[in-house]
Amino acid sequence: MSYLGYPDFFEPYIKKVEQTRPARVEKRKKGEEFPFMSLEERQEILKHHPDYKEAGRREIKVGPNKGYRIAHEFVDLLEAKSKVDPDKVDLTRTDYETDVLVIGGGGAATIAALIAEENSAQVVVATKLRHGDANTMMAEGGIQAASKGEKDSPYYHYLDVMGGGHFKNDSDIVAAFVKQAPDALRWLESLGVMFSKFPDGRLDAMHGGGTCRKRMHYCADLSGLEIMRTVRDEARNRTNIKVLEFSPAVELIVNEHGQCAGALLYNMETEEYLVTKAKAVILATGGAGRLHVQGFMTTNHYGATADGIVLGYRAGVPLAFMHTVQYHPTGVVFPEQIEGWLITERFRSEGSDILNVHGEKFVNEREPRDVESARVIKECLDGKGVPIPTEKVGIWLDSPMLDILHGEGRVRTAFVGKWKVYDRLGIDISKAPMLVYPTLHYQNGGLKNDAECETAVPGLYVAGEVTGGLHGENRLMGNSLMDLVVFGRIAGRNAAIFAKKKAKEGKLTLEHVKKYHKELEEAGIITDRVAPMLLPDYTRPEVKEKQLTAIYLGLGGKNRA
Amino acid sequence: MSVKEEKKNPAETAVKEKKQIAAKLIPIYIMGKRYEVPEGLTIMKAMEYAGYRFIRGCGCRGGTCGACGTVYRKPGDYKLQVALACQKTVEPGMYMAQIPFFPANRAQYEFTDLTSTPEEVFKLYPELFRCVACNACTKACPQGIEVMDAIAALKQGNIAEAARLSFDCIQCGLCTSRCFGELAQYHMFQLARRIYGAKILPRAEHLAEMIGTINEGRYDQILDELKHVKEDELKKLYQERESEPMAAGEDWKPEDTRYL
Repeated sequence: MSYLGYPDFFEPYIKKVEQTRPARVEKRKKGEEFPFMSLEERQEILKHHPDYKEAGRREIKVGPNKGYRIAHEFVDLLEAKSKVDPDKVDLTRTDYETDVLVIGGGGAATIAALIAEENSAQVVVATKLRHGDANTMMAEGGIQAASKGEKDSPYYHYLDVMGGGHFKNDSDIVAAFVKQAPDALRWLESLGVMFSKFPDGRLDAMHGGGTCRKRMHYCADLSGLEIMRTVRDEARNRTNIKVLEFSPAVELIVNEHGQCAGALLYNMETEEYLVTKAKAVILATGGAGRLHVQGFMTTNHYGATADGIVLGYRAGVPLAFMHTVQYHPTGVVFPEQIEGWLITERFRSEGSDILNVHGEKFVNEREPRDVESARVIKECLDGKGVPIPTEKVGIWLDSPMLDILHGEGRVRTAFVGKWKVYDRLGIDISKAPMLVYPTLHYQNGGLKNDAECETAVPGLYVAGEVTGGLHGENRLMGNSLMDLVVFGRIAGRNAAIFAKKKAKEGKLTLEHVKKYHKELEEAGIITDRVAPMLLPDYTRPEVKEKQLTAIYLGLGGKNRA
Repeated sequence: MSVKEEKKNPAETAVKEKKQIAAKLIPIYIMGKRYEVPEGLTIMKAMEYAGYRFIRGCGCRGGTCGACGTVYRKPGDYKLQVALACQKTVEPGMYMAQIPFFPANRAQYEFTDLTSTPEEVFKLYPELFRCVACNACTKACPQGIEVMDAIAALKQGNIAEAARLSFDCIQCGLCTSRCFGELAQYHMFQLARRIYGAKILPRAEHLAEMIGTINEGRYDQILDELKHVKEDELKKLYQERESEPMAAGEDWKPEDTRYL
């Protein structure tokens, strides 16, 4: 019925992988690597990357980046109306008041909240789902920092970040990042994050795509989970941090002095809109995988719907690097149940080969992510992908090599998270390879900020995936977790200082929303679209056709009219 | 693949125009209510197929956030089963409910003031000793963690062992929902892991050294110069940078030490 847990259909293909494996393992042992591409070759291959598909994008007609061509899925949200009628919101009736309001509940948000609190601010964290339900939790590979002075330094980390981002990154932000990364790592260590270490405390480290030194530190293959649950636990110890779950922000509030002065929150369970007044605001809402740009599957969390981009853009913050989206080279394409699920780059870092339908290597496993993904897509377009009965195509990631290279049990212990999930589906990935294909993974760009996490709106700070600049046009593995720690801390500190020293008391307004609505009208955009999206909709068309409610009366049919 | 087909990259159409391979429909009972769903779907996707739209009970959809803990039984079987809705495939006749939240006692503490002694855990969670070793927690763990063994380790004062055994914990709370002694195991494990990570595992000294070097300003000028070099020059530096071989051991040293 099945071969190594896969349907019979795959048996001949898996056997090809097994046939070529001994020779490939030998090459690995000798240190022979598949050649890396030159910068010119990378450029050529990138033509197969979805970012370079002109049909996939269009110009935004409104806002600070009018004329900027980005993915339709983003433009659709930016050319949409507010969830509320700004004239109907009574901003004089505040429901919450605080020094610093943090919007988001993932790594960047939680870390910003901790540091704001340490700088004697009262903090409210407003998040869409549960505290900690975010992409941070799902990050597996690791966290980059130049921590070993005898072979690495911020200089090399800087070069790697820039090379990954096509040399377009914001250099101030990158310099601040590489310099502060080691201290951020030590801070996590002091909070009790269980890093994988040698017995003497030396941090384990490995390569990632595009690194010239092994500086990827990790907590087995659950780095993000371990970091997220630790900082969340610490936030729960702080009485001056109040967390509002299932209460996403739907608009920022700006005061008469032009300072960001809070947000309108939406209690998704009671459907109330709640006015939250703050002296400074940190936007850390994360990414956008659930927009399924160009129809791609995604590794992202249920709540990754670009809310922060919409809020910030309406308030006048420009976008940066939103024309690129990261596709992780290795997302599960089969079995169906875990489709889109991320297979950490560490499998490749440790020596698993990427193989086509003939069991042959065609790319070095450590190219930057965009290059790697584009190369995989090309191999499949050339007809050398592994066919899948669900009318898809994939390539092999040969995980069983790791047990041969590093000793029996390596996959089971170093990739325990992955092993368990596959095991539940009847596949032992220390014996059978994995079927993967590029999957929508990360929002490279976002709201434009500087190295102090400031934006065009005074009092509005940003941190984490919602920002744009650090990663340029393509992020390297292990730099997102470090991004959210370094800049979460900076945003927290600066927002607390702003709240104390620069915030001015003034009338709260949603004038920017009214202005934005007017601009939409003037640009001739007639639409029923409403943003932020908050949650994706996976309802089947067959069900939708029968959802015939003509007038929505709210929960339980209560008439609010 | 022909040129014509090239535009239709199969994986790209995966989401919106997903072609259902003629899958057999099977009955499941969502909170007791019957729906017919295609076999092979996860509980989460099956609920969405039925028409549910989640606010609670759905998170990362990849088995790591613990938002979608689910309990179910199969017809004719007394045994209560547990799963994550995003991971477990539906089975004919299964009847289930999600447990998106379960109340659990969590101690407040000042982490920096804690020592690495077991008494810290005993003081904060005296209910630890209410454990009667019934093993219901282990049976309820969708991660397959030996929950009871980890609790036993804590009772014996072995924080390191509890930390290691509980490392995969996603804090879904299913163990807590089943505990006869009313323990909130996952909060206790969180405390154990933090104490282990910060106060038992030796700290990375090379990290502290690097921070010292950075704070002395060793890289200020180097980075400042890098920030201002032209793109072509930067590309050259990038391509010429020495690369640590994949197979290099921990003792590898670069030849070029100018920028260390």
